[in-house]
Amino acid sequence: MVDYQYEALKAVVTRASIAAGPPSMWRYKDLLPIEGDVAVGHHVGFTPLIRAQNLADELGCREIWIKNDSVCHPSWSFKDRVVSVAVTKAREFGFDTVACASTGNLANSVAAHAAEGRLKSYIFIPADLEQGKVLATLVYNPTLVAVHGTYDEVNRLCSEIADKYRWAFVNVNFRPYYSEGSKSYGFEIVEQLGWRPPQHIVVPCAGGSLITKIWKAIKEMKLLGLIDESAPTRMYAAQALGCGPIVTMIKDDTDVLKPVRPNTIAKSLAIGNPADGYYAYRVTKDSGGFGEHATDEEIIEGMLLLARTEGIFTETAGGVTVAATKKLIETGVIPRDESVVICITGNGLKTPDALYERLDAHVRIKPSLSAFDRALADLKNQTS
Amino acid sequence: MPVTVRIPTPLRQVTKGNAEVHAKGTTVDELVADLERQFPGLRERLVDESGELRRFINIYVNEEDIRFMDGRKTTLKDGDAVSIVPAIAGGR
Repeated sequence: MVDYQYEALKAVVTRASIAAGPPSMWRYKDLLPIEGDVAVGHHVGFTPLIRAQNLADELGCREIWIKNDSVCHPSWSFKDRVVSVAVTKAREFGFDTVACASTGNLANSVAAHAAEGRLKSYIFIPADLEQGKVLATLVYNPTLVAVHGTYDEVNRLCSEIADKYRWAFVNVNFRPYYSEGSKSYGFEIVEQLGWRPPQHIVVPCAGGSLITKIWKAIKEMKLLGLIDESAPTRMYAAQALGCGPIVTMIKDDTDVLKPVRPNTIAKSLAIGNPADGYYAYRVTKDSGGFGEHATDEEIIEGMLLLARTEGIFTETAGGVTVAATKKLIETGVIPRDESVVICITGNGLKTPDALYERLDAHVRIKPSLSAFDRALADLKNQTS
Repeated sequence: MPVTVRIPTPLRQVTKGNAEVHAKGTTVDELVADLERQFPGLRERLVDESGELRRFINIYVNEEDIRFMDGRKTTLKDGDAVSIVPAIAGGR
């Protein structure tokens, strides 16, 4: 359990003290469970919050923002936030080995931060993970263990391994510290909006931790007097239809999570038995939000929509979040005249597999001007 | 040959420090009853008053989640390996 002395923090954490901090998640270090100096990931976070007017126009609504962790340093996903906290904490406790069960992004981040911290790392992944994510782990020279099974089976195995070996499993025995790192994503959204919480935040859910920590971040900012206490924010969970147990809880309005066997292209969200599922459900209920599923086809369309309108290439998880937001707006759950933040948490270059069959060069020609003239005429004919 | 049950660290205070114990039962329900007989107090850590699995407890029979089988009625045979694995959630 991680606890803070909020009364004492009130005296030292102000808008000015935060704004005077470094351009990274460590500007919120006082609100993270780090006792000493930051050991790894000094440049993580403070990613762009982008006003997505083209996307808003396309969806027929007033105000959409993209919190873009597809460019989070160093491993291109929001997992850098949680891992930098967990690995710093592992160093604080004197561990020489860090480990994780991962659907990909966490593997990349743990391997990268372990390399920076000169720690050994054991990374456990489902054997069928996208090649991009496997390579983006191996490059840091960890011990990579590919397990023939689903993420849930990998996670169960890691719980048993964590019981036996004295390793810092970032998302098992270090999870209380690890998950706190996600709060920085929420802090940044609010600060970057000018200390104004948005009315709606749509969050991709896998294990269900991120949505609970964004919610906690907003509550802490209210508790510390950093933002208006009465400003409401509704939280929404986005999941793939092929692995959506949290959204199913929300739609069925039950607090009992029914595990599923994942079957979706959104592999980074393919957790059929999410540990924080109940808490994610609670956050959507308590905040007055909701949840939405996206089919694999909608996920691809979501990725292409964000790329086409805003020039941002997100991974399949981002496609889920864009698609879910679109549905929530179209069905009137999110009003068109209110502010929405879409959480984009991973980079599309890691999961190109999802698009190979959909995208191809429009024109293939010999290197001659006449060939191009003919091709251009053909293209114009096709579109007219 | 009875069923082998792997016990996670937080529950080993109830099993006298044992990481692995043996128990009998033809179903998970019966197994839990036998575990309670051997290690009083273990049952309430695993299931609620109505016998349903607690929210953060997962039970696997030969690596398969019992919620994908017949839940607490899942049948067992001699030599099966049962794992009790708590879900590691959030950290509030």
